[in-house]
Amino acid sequence: MIEIRRIFTHVEDIHHEFGPVAPKPLRRGAIGVVLTNPFAGRYEPDLLPMMDALQPLGVNMASRLLTAMDAPAQCIEGYGKGAIVGAAGEQEHGAMWHVPGGYAMRELLGWKGDRISYIQGQGEAKTGQPGNALAIVPSTKKVGFPGCTLDVPLTHINACYVRSHFDAIEVRVPGAPLADEIVFILVMSTGPRVHARMAGLTASAISLWDGLR
Amino acid sequence: MLAKIRKIIVQVDETRIEMGRSISPPTRKALAIAVIENPFAGQYSENLDALITIGEELGALLGKRCVEALGIEPSQAQSYGKAAIVGEAGELEHAAAILHPKLGAPLRVAVEKGAALVPSSKKRGGLGTAIDVPIGHKNAAFVRSHFDAMEARVSDAPRANEIVVAVVVTDSGRPLARVGGLQAHEIQGQDGLR
Repeated sequence: MIEIRRIFTHVEDIHHEFGPVAPKPLRRGAIGVVLTNPFAGRYEPDLLPMMDALQPLGVNMASRLLTAMDAPAQCIEGYGKGAIVGAAGEQEHGAMWHVPGGYAMRELLGWKGDRISYIQGQGEAKTGQPGNALAIVPSTKKVGFPGCTLDVPLTHINACYVRSHFDAIEVRVPGAPLADEIVFILVMSTGPRVHARMAGLTASAISLWDGLR
Repeated sequence: MLAKIRKIIVQVDETRIEMGRSISPPTRKALAIAVIENPFAGQYSENLDALITIGEELGALLGKRCVEALGIEPSQAQSYGKAAIVGEAGELEHAAAILHPKLGAPLRVAVEKGAALVPSSKKRGGLGTAIDVPIGHKNAAFVRSHFDAMEARVSDAPRANEIVVAVVVTDSGRPLARVGGLQAHEIQGQDGLR
């Protein structure tokens, strides 16, 4: 069911955006895995088996992305995910990525939640204790042509309201997705926007540990 | 370093299946890009030495980043290419100054040897302009299986006063090369051609 055609990694260091040069550049990374879409050209009512089958891929991609970024897990402050479905598929095929893309990256970054209830869509009981990867992984998806771009959102891994970490990275894999392909994407960053200065909740002021604030 | 770098981007493209056929080992291409300030933006300068020096710096930096991204020894690199996109306030000759006089020597150090010409392309463009970086075998330009290209593009560059400089290094040829010509195992690697 899972047939990997291509693996595309992207890592960027942003030294400045015409303001003061950052002492340590912001590093952002993306990985796009190009898969054969087994449901291309037809309506498949039951997508859940494929969603389950994608879980090991999610773990593998998250770990490959960390390697490509040459960053230890504890340096990751922002994350996001996305999918681009080729023309012979439907947007719902991209939605298969919600669970395997999200929990894989969160576990790798230190999430201690209950995977079973997460997979079953029951959410999780927040303990109010400091932890890692408590926040929902923001996402976007679309049906697109080969080489089209997807603006993948990024938010802080522990509290999605941290304003300095609202960000997005444009991801595209030249030549993909073909009509019968899907590109699944994970993104991570090591810090806030390079010249963040819009106040609001800061990462150091996270206090509720509920994934939001 | 003379180059004022705003951004560095490194990408790796690994192909495992092409036209339904398994590619083993997968073909891999690495692309390293620097977005730099153009010191001659908005003015005509007869002397372009600053850009020539910047080209030399970037040949070393970007070549090394490609080889690192592939996780290979320099000797395992097989093909290479280079390209530049000049923002609106610059001229095509600025790309030439970066690419042609001095970028090649340090790139050849980064990939060990490199008897062949480093194929190149250049253009002027705006934010998100894509350039297809041509690729050829590093030791013999006529190796047909290694003629290829990799697309380079930065969503927010080049600004008018910037230049996007790209270097590609691979550890393989095209995934299903089968159009004959000189084979990689047949090269002599002396004249850069065969």
